[in-house]
Amino acid sequence: MATVVLLTFTGLGLGALYFLIASGLSLIFGLMDVLNFAHGALLSVGAYGTWWAASGHLPGAGTEGAGFALAVVFGTAVGTIAAVLLEVAVIRPLYTRPREQILATVGVGLAVPALLSAIWGADARPFPGPKALSGTFALLGAEVPLNRPVLIGVALVVLAALKLFLGRTRHGLVVRAGVEDRAMVTALGIDVRRAFTLVFAIGGAAAALGGALGGLYFGSVDPGQGTSLLIFAFVVVVTGGMGSLTGAAVASVAVGLVQQFANYYTTAGLGDVAVVVLLAALLLVRPRGLTGRLA
Amino acid sequence: MSPAPAPLLTVRDLRVVIGGRHILHGVDLEVAASGTTALLGRNGAGKTTTVRGILGLVPRTGSVLLAGEETVRQTTHALVRRGIGYAPEDRGVFAALSVAENLRLAERPGAGEPAYDLVHELFPELRRRARQAAGTLSGGQQQMVAIARTLLNGNRLIIADEPTKGLAPKVVTEVAQALERAAEAVPVLLVEQNLAVVRRLARHCVVLADGRTAHQGPALDLLADAEAARRLLGVGSAGHGGPARTPAGPPARTAARPAARTTEADA
Ligand SMILES: Nc1ncnc2c1ncn2[C@@H]1O[C@H](COP(=O)(O)OP(=O)(O)O)[C@@H](O)[C@H]1O
Ligand SMILES: [Mg+2]
Repeated sequence: MATVVLLTFTGLGLGALYFLIASGLSLIFGLMDVLNFAHGALLSVGAYGTWWAASGHLPGAGTEGAGFALAVVFGTAVGTIAAVLLEVAVIRPLYTRPREQILATVGVGLAVPALLSAIWGADARPFPGPKALSGTFALLGAEVPLNRPVLIGVALVVLAALKLFLGRTRHGLVVRAGVEDRAMVTALGIDVRRAFTLVFAIGGAAAALGGALGGLYFGSVDPGQGTSLLIFAFVVVVTGGMGSLTGAAVASVAVGLVQQFANYYTTAGLGDVAVVVLLAALLLVRPRGLTGRLA
Repeated sequence: MSPAPAPLLTVRDLRVVIGGRHILHGVDLEVAASGTTALLGRNGAGKTTTVRGILGLVPRTGSVLLAGEETVRQTTHALVRRGIGYAPEDRGVFAALSVAENLRLAERPGAGEPAYDLVHELFPELRRRARQAAGTLSGGQQQMVAIARTLLNGNRLIIADEPTKGLAPKVVTEVAQALERAAEAVPVLLVEQNLAVVRRLARHCVVLADGRTAHQGPALDLLADAEAARRLLGVGSAGHGGPARTPAGPPARTAARPAARTTEADA
């Protein structure tokens, strides 16, 4: 029982991380048809930004309490700015050339980790999280690390905020309409490219926040973290249906849990394979993913 | 006779090439400053492409003057915001959004109060179905949403592409009435295959054939000339207010298609 509880929390925590990456990835693809291979790099930017600030480089930021919160805000802000720059400077000039666009995001996805390791080294750096979050709590005989429920809680808050944004605001309305038919949105007199930038900013913020929290989850940051998480986030997005937020949430949980349980109860590493098998099986039954629509 | 007022929209030598295929070879047309101008022609003549070219939804060359101002270099959204309401051929309704959301999307913040009174007067059904997902509406109701979106703003031009296509006769009448009412205040460019509707609404007409302008003139003159109507539109008789018939066969030609992602030139 204790093992099941621990695996469940760990799987859900991992699922929360996947969701923070996949939500933006899915919105960006749904609206813009852009598969953003640089999305993992945005997570890394957030992770390193938070790490850098919490390590005492940013006045007021630190490893405890409000100081750590400030570090997370800083990391998220840096990731958001990076995402906006990516959209404006790399994606936008290439809108009429989808192939070059993909290559450009792949390039950025490779360049950012290389840049990070050039500056701070290729090795993992210990992540300075608050003491309060480094402990565990006892549940049904299991010692569950506290950062798991924190991650799950943050992902739920992000999900709720995104749903409110999409459902209750005019910008959200434009995004939902754009996912269905971009050209018609412009034919109503709306500059859909502003929604593009907005969706990149939101997706970048969520991924960067995932980076900050991923530091807590893994206990360290390294340049390749974002890229390896991105692979599973792609699985989540395809499983959940491109452009579907609810689909991404459900698929994140499924992928995180399947991965953890399969890795534990079979050979380690098989869980990662199991996730891909899950994806293939689902696509055979429901080619458009779990929902195939946004909301 | 006093000189005719300057046309609202003047299109000169409009050319469209898509995927290396020349679809429009130089369309010339004028939309009069008042009333309805019908855009006619057989299936595949280039009517929809002309409308999409005017709006910049497909790459185009030539000249498109709106109230004397060249717009051919403007993006679609900028041009539309200058006062164009567009009801596209596939209706362009957002299936996953509610009726109310479809209408709200067409509002132009900062451009005056949206005319919901007019919309609900013409289409009381839309008020009752405000919360219904537009994808679950009938074809006629979706067309009402599409027309309503063009009426919401104080537009200076309304463009409707085959708004009665595939609709039941009763709904055809309702849509035609709404357009007739709209045309009292705003000039309308109407692509239409239903000649009974053309006869009722249109003062002027432009006929396309093979991506070129084949004829321009008063609508009634063309409809009265059986030989010209047959040659230009491919119909034997233009009918005299008879039952709604399209020259291209039964009106059920297109069922409600899900709002497909269309190509775009604006992105
Ligand atoms: N996106 C496109 N790609 C290729 N051919 C097209 C495209 N759109 C229209 N066409 C072709 O251009 C011609 C004119 O089409 P269209 O403007 O839809 O005619 P109409 O509205 O008069 O029926 C048709 O032969 C059609 O097949
Ligand atoms: Mg057409």
